[in-house]
Amino acid sequence: MSRIKGCFESLRRDRHKVLIPYITAGDPQPAVTVPLMHAMVAAGANIIELGVPFSDPMADGPVIQAACERALEHHVSLRQVLAMVREFRARDDHTPVVLMGYLNPVEAMGYGEFARVAREAGVDGVLTVDMPPEEAEALAGELRAQQLDTVFLVAPTSSTGRIAKICAAASGFVYYVSLKGVTGAGGLDIGAVAAKVKEIRAMTDLPIGVGFGIKDAASAAQVAAVADAVVVGSALVRKFAEFSAQPEKIQKEVTALLAEIRGALDAAK
Amino acid sequence: MSTSVNVVLTKHDLPDERGHFGPYGGIFASETLMSPLEELRLAYERFRADPQFLAEMDADLAKFVGRPSPLYFAERWSKQLGGAQIYLKREDLNHTGAHKINNTIGQALLARHMGKKRVIAETGAGQHGVATATVAARFGMECVVYMGSEDIKRQAINVYRMKLLGAEVVPVESGSKTLKDALNEAMRDWVTNVDNTFYIIGTVAGPHPYPMMVRDFQAIIGREARAQILEEAGRLPDALVACVGGGSNAIGLFHPFLNDTGVAMYGVEAAGEGLDTAHHAATLCKGRPGVLHGNRTYLIEDADGQIIETHSISAGLDYPGVGPEHAWLKDNGRASYVAVTDDEALAAFHALTRIEGIIPALESSHALAYAAKLASAMDKDKIIIANLSGRGDKDIHTVAAREGIKV
Repeated sequence: MSRIKGCFESLRRDRHKVLIPYITAGDPQPAVTVPLMHAMVAAGANIIELGVPFSDPMADGPVIQAACERALEHHVSLRQVLAMVREFRARDDHTPVVLMGYLNPVEAMGYGEFARVAREAGVDGVLTVDMPPEEAEALAGELRAQQLDTVFLVAPTSSTGRIAKICAAASGFVYYVSLKGVTGAGGLDIGAVAAKVKEIRAMTDLPIGVGFGIKDAASAAQVAAVADAVVVGSALVRKFAEFSAQPEKIQKEVTALLAEIRGALDAAK
Repeated sequence: MSTSVNVVLTKHDLPDERGHFGPYGGIFASETLMSPLEELRLAYERFRADPQFLAEMDADLAKFVGRPSPLYFAERWSKQLGGAQIYLKREDLNHTGAHKINNTIGQALLARHMGKKRVIAETGAGQHGVATATVAARFGMECVVYMGSEDIKRQAINVYRMKLLGAEVVPVESGSKTLKDALNEAMRDWVTNVDNTFYIIGTVAGPHPYPMMVRDFQAIIGREARAQILEEAGRLPDALVACVGGGSNAIGLFHPFLNDTGVAMYGVEAAGEGLDTAHHAATLCKGRPGVLHGNRTYLIEDADGQIIETHSISAGLDYPGVGPEHAWLKDNGRASYVAVTDDEALAAFHALTRIEGIIPALESSHALAYAAKLASAMDKDKIIIANLSGRGDKDIHTVAAREGIKV
């Protein structure tokens, strides 16, 4: 069984929600990332979504764009991100790691090579924001051959027909984008999220994670009431911006927020 | 002359249904945009076959833009060069001074037809921004233009022009603060305001159907030029020359000639300070295939797949990608892609100004520089059509500053 599937099943048994923090690898400097991944697991993270920095992150808001820029100042490449996962795996063999990023760095490395090295490093799933199922066949095939999951987004604008197509192509879990907009935007509408998650659930047995627009423990708990997993990104990455000059403080700040969210999820169960 | 966008082509009837030109093009967009792109594709399919809308567009192109643009024989310049006869397609004489408005008229009409009351655009030099602000004023639409803060500094007059026309100009501070970042920011706006907003992309790039749609709107350049040269010279030209940044004026000139196998085609990129330096924007000459801004095409990127900043004296060519149909025409050999430096473009800028009394845009000067090179090596009975895609008034400060003159 894949780590992602195992993670969702064991937490579902215990009636816990899956908490997925997002951080951009190498932000604000490469040495911060792996120790922080371990600390996030200790603070209650169940799956780690590790962002691969890209020069032109079109689907992201200003917070994650700035995180990419901080990481790229240190020339953090896709290969280095994979090396970070390998280093993380040396001490943690059970927490799933999902890479989130854009297609071009993967194109530059080559699909087959990327899938092979990602598998070796201990990556579990890949979410490529600018690769809809229509264009995914080649990469998804390579990932499948290495037993890696291909995670896709469903959006508020996705038609019923598209949701069916996405669910058919997806593995691991389905990631519902909770609002029309970029990462870190405001205006989360829980009622609308609940309705759409219900629609998705009718079409797949895969777990459903919800992200974009979850900014604190309260909104995380609201979303967790209707979803299997909650993704928290920009709210954490804001701490990286705030403390980019004092990277030694980032771990404490990020894990404190994460522990607060974990507490809210567990209290609401 | 008919300006129907519905050209019947046989061998080059691309893209396919999902927007592919061979391995290039496609739709590489985030999920939120997939349904709006499909809605746009269906609306455009209806539009391109609807005689009433085509008539509306033809009327605007004739009465508002001033089409057809003349095909002008540059007789003195051709004589001085001593080779082939050079004809100039005078897109500089269009309303707003460049070819960009051919496309913004089409897309704004489509937006109106789709019931979208707000249009957004990205711009580099400001020409597409001005062309969008112009049609938005004409149709009474709200207009927001994204522009890199570096470009805003370099193009103050176009920024003011857009504001006069009622557009809001939003400075983009992320990344390299130039055209590619403005495009990212416009995409972010679109994804957020997708219900009421139409994104008017200015070149033949982006996710399907944009490369096809913008090409169709710009193909009027080639259709007119083809009819005009047949009337004037009694035969087809031997070569076409056009500058390529994103590539909309070039594809507009080339496309109606694709099946005319005797007509050679040259797309001219910006070699900046030289192709062997790090300061150029010659995507097809020096780049490699990748995925950016919604399509697969040639890109200027580093070994890790990060997009690199480009350089050209002309802001309109300063873009690290290129339209996917050009990528396909390069690979299949139908068109050739070459590059000329800042200095060569400047020399052509001065030559045309002094010899023909036409001040060309620095973008177009790249095409002129290569046309001059090509003409000199060809016999006198040969014919070249060069696309004079825009006028150079916007560039006189750049040229003066470069030559140490204070205007």
